[in-house]
Amino acid sequence: MNSVAFSNIARFIALLIAQILIFNNIDLFGFINPFPYILFIILFPTDNNKPIFYLASFTLGIIVDMFENSGGIHAAASLILAFARPSILKFSFGISYQYHNLNIIKKVTKDIFTSLEVFGYITISVVIHHIVLFGLEFFRFNFIWEILLRTILTTVTTLLTCILILYLIKPSKK
Amino acid sequence: MQQIINFFIKNSTKLLFLLLLVISFGLIIQTHTFHQSSFISSANGVTGYVYENVNNFKEYMHLKTENDALVLENAYLKSIAYNNTSVKDSVEIKNLMPAERQEYSIIVAKVIRNTFNTKENYLTIKGGDKQGIQSDMGVINSNGVIGIIEKTSKNYSTVQSILNVKSKINAKIKGSNHFGTLQWDGKNTGYVNLSDIPRLAEIYKGDTIVTGGISKIFPENIPIGVIEKAYTNETSNYFTISVRLFNDMTNLGYIYVIKNKDIEEINQLEAETKDE
Repeated sequence: MNSVAFSNIARFIALLIAQILIFNNIDLFGFINPFPYILFIILFPTDNNKPIFYLASFTLGIIVDMFENSGGIHAAASLILAFARPSILKFSFGISYQYHNLNIIKKVTKDIFTSLEVFGYITISVVIHHIVLFGLEFFRFNFIWEILLRTILTTVTTLLTCILILYLIKPSKK
Repeated sequence: MQQIINFFIKNSTKLLFLLLLVISFGLIIQTHTFHQSSFISSANGVTGYVYENVNNFKEYMHLKTENDALVLENAYLKSIAYNNTSVKDSVEIKNLMPAERQEYSIIVAKVIRNTFNTKENYLTIKGGDKQGIQSDMGVINSNGVIGIIEKTSKNYSTVQSILNVKSKINAKIKGSNHFGTLQWDGKNTGYVNLSDIPRLAEIYKGDTIVTGGISKIFPENIPIGVIEKAYTNETSNYFTISVRLFNDMTNLGYIYVIKNKDIEEINQLEAETKDE
């Protein structure tokens, strides 16, 4: 087992534990819970191993679903985010990201406060995930305003927690 | 044939994506549509164990409120007990309901997980098949109705909370026989809606709403809440009543599961009636 796979499995487990034990219990204003577990999908290596990527995202979502009693909404939202990620990468970092052998973890953790590209990449990912998530949760059009309100507020809190976590795991400059 | 296999090999990633997507949508539609639905629920050993341990930590914060509630309930039960003895002297009612013919029995369980911030809220409780809990049993606490058991495992169960847009509970106005259906509109955790009460019924703000007698799940006259607002529209002959719950659904500790001992008999009878 190489070190990339190992660090990804460790991240998978750590984010899942943090999500279930801490972030599902926050209930800010009674209804906002951030979902920083999607950092796993955001930080997954960009090389072309799509089947494993899809399977891992799906499993991550379904475990969160199991703890939240929410059917399959997290699984579906995570899977769709995983599917959309190449396009988001292309949009934020330019078409040539594949040839530059982009080290996504290094790039994201290092440049989170300085580069607009990285911030845009994370924001778009979070927004897509949350729109799918809340759209599926409410499942009705007459709740459209609530869907939008929750998406916006939860996006803000998720972004803040994601940036906080990235800041905490940032490698120190030596 | 060769081409079909080639097609599958070439598009295996896309097909995997579609397969997983179909699975997750299937699960979602199932939970949204049917009453006893979710394949994936927190009534299993692993999630139960995790939530139990998390709850052990959280419990310390609520010990005081929990104690206060128990003291209040004790006082209430004591008052019933004392008042009963004074009645017994003058009116002797014996053998009305002998001990072995009790219709309902009570199982105490602890809430280890409570959600109230989605449209479809569930509680997870410590107590399952081993304690005799089965699906479709009523769940209450000292303040009133909480929900209905949805799924059970060996040691844990999930409860469909009254704050779930799927749940429908039969309810009436205390002291009258006007029945209606209690449903949550998914907005405020303190209020539920009672619909289908006929306009003929005399209702006042502050009247108590209790469970109705035509339910197999709950005994009659378990408190639910008080009337806050009532409105009608021109076309319908029914009130829609906004009911303020007695329970603070965001803060639950111990709950009682009500077991109707005659449920099998009733179900069997109903099934036989339908067959004919």
